[in-house]
Amino acid sequence: MPKHPGPGGPPRGGFAKPKNLRRTLGKLMKYLGRYKLALCLVAVLLVVSSACTVGGSYLIKPLINDYILPGDFPGLARMLSIMAAVYIAGAACSFGYARIMVHISQNTMAKIRADLFDKMQSLPLKFFDVHTHGELMSRYTNDIETVSEALNNSFGSLISCSLNFVGTILMMLVLSPPLTLITFAVLAVMLLVVKQIGGRSRRFFAQQQKALGEVNGYIEEMIEGQKVIKVFNHESAAKEGFYVRNEAYRQAGTRAQIFAGVMMPAMGNLSYVNYAITCCAGAMFAIHGGGSFQLGDLGAFLQYTRQVSQPITQISQQVNTILSAVAGAERIFEIMETEPEQDTGKVELVHVSEARDGTITEAGYDTGAWAWKKPDGALIPLRGDVRFDHVVFGYNPEHVILKDVSLFAKPGQKIAFVGSTGAGKTTITSLINRFYEIQSGAITYDGIDVQEISKDSLRRSLGVVLQDTHLFTGTVADNIRYGRLDATDEEVEAAARLAGADAFIRHLPQGYQTVLSGDGGSLSQGERQLLNIARAACANPPVLILDEATSSIDTRTEKLIERGMDRLMAGRTVFVIAHRLSTVRNAKAILVLEQGEIIERGDHEDLLGQKGRYYQLYTGQAELA
Amino acid sequence: MMKKLWPHARPYRLWILIGIACSAAEAVFELLIPLVMSDIVDIGIQNGDQSYILREGGRMVVLALVSLFFGVSAAICSSVAGQGFGANLRRAEYDHIQTFAFSNIEGFSTASLVTRLTSDVNAMQMTLMMGMRLLVRAPVMLISALVLSVRISYRLSNVFLVALPLLVVVVSVILVRVGPMFRSLQEKTDALNLVVQENLTGIRVVKSFVREDYELEKFAKRNNDLKNTSQQAFGAVVINMPIMMLIVYGTIIAVMWFGGHMVFSGTLPAGKLMTYFTYITQIMISLMMVSMVFMMLTRSVACARRIVEVLAEIPAITDSRAAADEEGRPVTVSDGRIDFDHVSFKYSPESPEWILQDVNLHIRSGQTVGVLGGTGSGKTTLVSLIPRLYEAERGTVSVGGRPVDAYTMEHLRDAVSVVLQKNTLFSGTIRENLLWGNPNATEDQLWAACRAACADEFLERMPDGLDTDLGQGGVNVSGGQKQRLCIARAILKQPKVLILDDSTSAVDTATDAKIRAAFVRELKDTTKFIIAQRVASVCEADVILVMDGGSIVAQGKHDELMQTCAIYREVYQSQQEGASIDA
Repeated sequence: MPKHPGPGGPPRGGFAKPKNLRRTLGKLMKYLGRYKLALCLVAVLLVVSSACTVGGSYLIKPLINDYILPGDFPGLARMLSIMAAVYIAGAACSFGYARIMVHISQNTMAKIRADLFDKMQSLPLKFFDVHTHGELMSRYTNDIETVSEALNNSFGSLISCSLNFVGTILMMLVLSPPLTLITFAVLAVMLLVVKQIGGRSRRFFAQQQKALGEVNGYIEEMIEGQKVIKVFNHESAAKEGFYVRNEAYRQAGTRAQIFAGVMMPAMGNLSYVNYAITCCAGAMFAIHGGGSFQLGDLGAFLQYTRQVSQPITQISQQVNTILSAVAGAERIFEIMETEPEQDTGKVELVHVSEARDGTITEAGYDTGAWAWKKPDGALIPLRGDVRFDHVVFGYNPEHVILKDVSLFAKPGQKIAFVGSTGAGKTTITSLINRFYEIQSGAITYDGIDVQEISKDSLRRSLGVVLQDTHLFTGTVADNIRYGRLDATDEEVEAAARLAGADAFIRHLPQGYQTVLSGDGGSLSQGERQLLNIARAACANPPVLILDEATSSIDTRTEKLIERGMDRLMAGRTVFVIAHRLSTVRNAKAILVLEQGEIIERGDHEDLLGQKGRYYQLYTGQAELA
Repeated sequence: MMKKLWPHARPYRLWILIGIACSAAEAVFELLIPLVMSDIVDIGIQNGDQSYILREGGRMVVLALVSLFFGVSAAICSSVAGQGFGANLRRAEYDHIQTFAFSNIEGFSTASLVTRLTSDVNAMQMTLMMGMRLLVRAPVMLISALVLSVRISYRLSNVFLVALPLLVVVVSVILVRVGPMFRSLQEKTDALNLVVQENLTGIRVVKSFVREDYELEKFAKRNNDLKNTSQQAFGAVVINMPIMMLIVYGTIIAVMWFGGHMVFSGTLPAGKLMTYFTYITQIMISLMMVSMVFMMLTRSVACARRIVEVLAEIPAITDSRAAADEEGRPVTVSDGRIDFDHVSFKYSPESPEWILQDVNLHIRSGQTVGVLGGTGSGKTTLVSLIPRLYEAERGTVSVGGRPVDAYTMEHLRDAVSVVLQKNTLFSGTIRENLLWGNPNATEDQLWAACRAACADEFLERMPDGLDTDLGQGGVNVSGGQKQRLCIARAILKQPKVLILDDSTSAVDTATDAKIRAAFVRELKDTTKFIIAQRVASVCEADVILVMDGGSIVAQGKHDELMQTCAIYREVYQSQQEGASIDA
């Protein structure tokens, strides 16, 4: 079924919560599993660097108490060198783990991207019908991006933050349990604030994302139809609609951003309140403590008070990143777990050479003759005999598109499908090359069930020219060569001549070497179709499927390329779908489809004689599209 | 660039100013706290003065609360300003795009315009929001911390004379090195995404030609490129942090050493030394923020440039030459006369190829004109000049006896209705879409237009009739139905000139004929241009234009052309053989 990738689509990235955190994390871990040794090293480095950070601050206590206050300078020098060593070790470790993490995360991301693309190539067309391009694209752009961001920064800093937090609390307990209690109290308040603000902020964020989706959707639709807006002087109405959505987004966005923005100063300053209270209490202890709690202790403790809130702030900031990364990873893995195209076929397509006595033997080079090679080595010459035997098919089982279709194409015949949009013409051709699996019945190809033929071989034997032309970024020659990668320049040009594309290609700035981009956007639809035909001609397949291959080519040009098309079709089995009945008139058999059923069949003269649907279509009494 | 962007932030200048002031105040108050702390240590503890300690402690809490107040205010101001700026910018850009001529739109491509309106603007509003807070906070922190440190001990602050320049040099070296890496990273990302995009749109082609392996190889190469570049870029970034840490820790050690001596000799109280550490930490944090902000800025500069490109685009067609009548009102189109006087056209002045060459044409009001010609012969371009969708490069196009640029676009396009080849229906009901033609149309007028366009038959079969929801892009109607709705929409304008650019290609011949008959009946005074591929659609026209290679090679009635024009005869015969029923 054709899809309509609308701008709305499902919410991208954003704050969707992962459905199954553990499972997804487990799968991510599997990717990281290749780096077990490196990860262990990272863990060690993390612990050491955290210990250094925490320990370095602890050294302040003896420095002040034991060396500075008494004035022991050789001792101070010794202690400072120890401190320097600790700090250098800490910095080196944190550099080390960051560097290793970059290596691990970039390699992991590259692997995930490759796996995802690999998987995508193996998925059935059905999958692409139900997912919009925008949605799938955002797997590569948004989702992989957030996962990579999380791997790069968040996971590491989450771990190091936790370590720092635990370490700091431990050291605080060592320095002064009562003061630590104060910190705990303030921390509890901070957590409460995080929860409050965080909860509200997430709600507002959801509203913001929704409003943003609406603005973006509106923009996409209007810009898409901008020319119609111009033609109808509809600019002011288009602006008004936009203003409403723009303003709604501004309001929702402002609210969400305020809450997100309040988090940082709230945390920071609460930590200062903690600092102030601790300072007072510590000062009291220093006065009344009778030497058990000295100035140095206070200095070190205060340093820790500042440090202890940092991990909380950071973690609260990272949690969103990590959650959306896991949600992104979940979406990626969802695709990776999708059932790939079934391909159990064992029959392969091979080149053969024919001996004088008619026996054929497999040849390792292009002989121009083909045969099917069964698993037991038997060769069946490819002739192009395609049969449908009571085929039933629907894109989803409840909605049947083709009801009990039987047809046959004898080798070398031209079979045409005629019928209105949605009658099932394109569906039939999509079943021949097994883009979709039939529900019941059988399709055979030279007597072999297509399910027994390996998909690659099956499709290699069929040249398809689709109504929707698709060209790839690259030169014109590259695009034609897509049909057969080892085609020489001469063969490429011959194919273009056959398709009647040679003339316009030569008028392009660089001829065959002109680089096409954006799906060949600089070419007219007719020219793109000519290139598509050239591509199929270059592939030189034994069976051709032409689905509205010349619909955008004007009748005069079509007339001009007719001879080329005839030569292309000569001696091959050809399936043709066409709007223009002139194109199908000389077909050996014309099948008229209506609502998934073949209602008339015969050649042109027969069908006109029947005075049925075909006659109506032909005389313009019925509508095709 | 700032000159183009600032006007959109200007309405929020008060918010921006207050926000900046709050950010600065927040930073200053935060820094005062450690200063109070040193007093507690040096005066309170030294003298064992409990009430002093409690009083100063209270002051610290108050300072923290004041700082919190400023922090929250700054958050509010920056959010209001950032989102407001974003909304204004988006609106300005959108408004400006509404003034674009077709050539402007084509120059940018739809997809790129959408990006420039959505993610680019979002990046800009984020930049302002973050910039207002970090860009202010970091330098204020840095400077205040420095000033306060100097005040605590002038001598000890000499340490910064070494540390700061070192830091600046190291950080800038890293930034300079990393900048181009991130640009190249972006390019590699785009290259990879292009492969994915093309595979998604062309998946049928890939599968049909069994080119999965070829595509995998292509992807693997780009993927590898991307991996190497990002490893390089991020690898260069991660060195930033440890180096900054080392320098700061070095400073701490130096301060300990020199400060220790000063404490012992009594020139520096111990509490002040502790405060000093706090400031050093503060300075490090603010420097990290600065380097982060710079990273962000390099990214948003690219976005800003793309937005400014749109804002700076000069609309190719304006009302600057519109004339006024005796009473000073803009002139309106009086009738459907069309005159082309030596008109030539090409899409850009630089392009060597003329799309239309020296076209002369005179059509009387109310005539029906058929236009026939091969792909690329210039049919669409010819009719596009009438509502001034493009501007003729040479010669004049006149409607109703006046050159098209004598009218305002609004008046001209109200009088000239075009049904574009690639037409769009918008989400909403059928009625909403039809009302585009005439917002005040009555129910009767709507149905009359639908009847003329032969859209009534399927509308009556729809359960909700005119109120049927079309869905995004009109997905709930077939191609032929969509075309008929577009024609009805155009008729509702009651135009002086109606142009159908291959607008019935998906409609069967019988209905096509019915529509044409309705035109003759209902739109007697309207000049009708019909571009078609089938001869049957135009053969009854008053004038048939045969176009080839950008020129009108023949014009006349069907019978005349059959006699005189070889191309026409050829087209006619090619279609007779098959009795084509469709485009």
